[in-house]
Amino acid sequence: MAEYAVELRNVWKRFPGPGGEVVTAVKNVSLQIYDGEFFALLGPSGCGKTTSLRMIAGFELPSEGEIFIHGRPMGKTPPYQRPVNTVFQSYALFPHMTIGENVAFGLQMKGVDKKEITRRVAEALEMVRLSGYEKRKPKQLSGGQQQRVALARALVNRPEVLLLDEPLGALDLKLRKEMQLELKRLQREVGITFIFVTHDQEEALTMSDRIAVMEGGVALQVGTANDIYEHPNCRFVADFIGETNFLDGKVAEVDTDKARIELPGGVSLWAHTPQRVVVGQAVTVTVRPEKMHIRPNATDINQVTGYVTDIVYIGTDTHYGVVLIGGQTIRVREQNYAADSRLLAREGEEVCVRFSIEAARVLTE
Amino acid sequence: MSAKKQSPWLTLVSILVYFFLYAPIIVLIVFSFNASRTNVVFEGVVNQGPCGPFYWYCELFRNRSVMDATRNTLIIAFTSTVVSTIIGTMAALALQRYDFFGKKVSETALYFPIVTPEIVMGIGILVFFSAVFGWINTALALAPSQRLTMGLGTVIVSHIAFSIPFVTLVVRARLHGFDDRLEEAAMDLGANEFTTFRKVTLPLIAPGVLAGAMLAFTLSLDDFIITFFTTGPGATTLPIYVYGLLRRIVTPELNALSTIWVLVVLIVVAISQWFQRRE
Repeated sequence: MAEYAVELRNVWKRFPGPGGEVVTAVKNVSLQIYDGEFFALLGPSGCGKTTSLRMIAGFELPSEGEIFIHGRPMGKTPPYQRPVNTVFQSYALFPHMTIGENVAFGLQMKGVDKKEITRRVAEALEMVRLSGYEKRKPKQLSGGQQQRVALARALVNRPEVLLLDEPLGALDLKLRKEMQLELKRLQREVGITFIFVTHDQEEALTMSDRIAVMEGGVALQVGTANDIYEHPNCRFVADFIGETNFLDGKVAEVDTDKARIELPGGVSLWAHTPQRVVVGQAVTVTVRPEKMHIRPNATDINQVTGYVTDIVYIGTDTHYGVVLIGGQTIRVREQNYAADSRLLAREGEEVCVRFSIEAARVLTE
Repeated sequence: MSAKKQSPWLTLVSILVYFFLYAPIIVLIVFSFNASRTNVVFEGVVNQGPCGPFYWYCELFRNRSVMDATRNTLIIAFTSTVVSTIIGTMAALALQRYDFFGKKVSETALYFPIVTPEIVMGIGILVFFSAVFGWINTALALAPSQRLTMGLGTVIVSHIAFSIPFVTLVVRARLHGFDDRLEEAAMDLGANEFTTFRKVTLPLIAPGVLAGAMLAFTLSLDDFIITFFTTGPGATTLPIYVYGLLRRIVTPELNALSTIWVLVVLIVVAISQWFQRRE
């Protein structure tokens, strides 16, 4: 058995567009998803994440490349012969069937005997805490309950991989939070590989073991939540995951894994360089707002001067908007950890913003 | 609504509308029990023979030509309904599901016969059949007894043709807003294309398909113009037969026939309503 539950190898998907042109939804995507992993495909709408998921499910076929499930090439295998099940964004419960019939559908298709079906349906409904709902129709259930039925209907078949297409998209915030934890609990319980499509970065960070950030049909970065947040490999990823500051400048000096970057207005700072850069190259430096400080601090080497333009106090933190001498604006997030935290500056006041070399990352693309 | 005083004029107009709609039918039914042979004066309820007040109904059932016409009409209606419902539903599914070259044109072309005057369709079909039959008959040099002629077959084919657009229209209305994900879900759960259609698609569009079938059935049942052009010897339908009678003498037998007809249609409509309610 192969070590990957699902592997996408140089997968492309092209669609005919409405005007006869070719739309490339997925561009040369290669992904390796481990067995038992909770994997998220994260990106804005139209980034190709849903198309990728639909290709794994078999609803779409790749224009190029190959998809493997546990090492077996899927080729043109139709959805009903793939060892995966899908939870749809709209749940797609069969409205003319009861909850029990909905959950039993997959087992009936497999020809499982009646007694076994009854037992497993009851078991699956218990797992999603909907025991006793067998006789009801989907319409009589709330959105959250329908969602759980959709989960039970997929999981009852014990698929090798469960695919979830924005399954929490239609729920309100409170229910979403609940379901996020519920999904995680379920995934641990059943030990099945979950591949999860979402546009909500917080959701992806909360639930997944690893995340692939997609944009424009390309998988930009794959890694753990921590990896992607702390070590974004491009501007899009840094911007999409959490909040960040971008400072545009030119490389002035290179030193092994760090470089001095000159910003407009004569300000310069040192930043970590994960990729090789050369002197004179135009680059972007990203620094997370919580890694910048207005508070005096001796250890941080980088110091840039600016003026406070606005202050937003939200209790746990205070956000300061600062315009630098060169005209670039940044946001600084100071945590109010002291017993009696006060504002560190007033609007219009000149401040010195500090941050470490490691907090600043040079992005070349 | 309740606060607004209803205008007496509105009530009056409504009553008049319903009166004009239903009075002729009621008169027709009443006259089917007429003691007189004519449909001019009501001379009291007939009470003749073993059937009593239903004398004309019994006469009707003894009338060979009426029974033949009824049989023809039902054969045509059933056959054309089944075939046009299948083809019409398939067309609706194809138009709903696929984008193909010339989709707009083929869709418009499909609905065009609905607005085309029936007389034009009738003449067109007649000309078409005579031309094709003439050509086949000469080409194969068929003997007079083997020749292709107008008859039950041509009527059925033309009824199928004019019913398809109506079925497609009704089924498409039902398909509008159909969640394609439901079919994907079925396939995802292990159902192949055919099982998916049987277990998910068809049950969900069944009310539309049934409504389309009912429409096709009633259209075929009372079609006169196209049938008139395409019928042949031995393929007389009820509308054609009734039209023939009108030129001679109208007896209450005809009223009895119409009364039964109205009842049948009523039952069909009630059944289809019941089916749609159940969804």
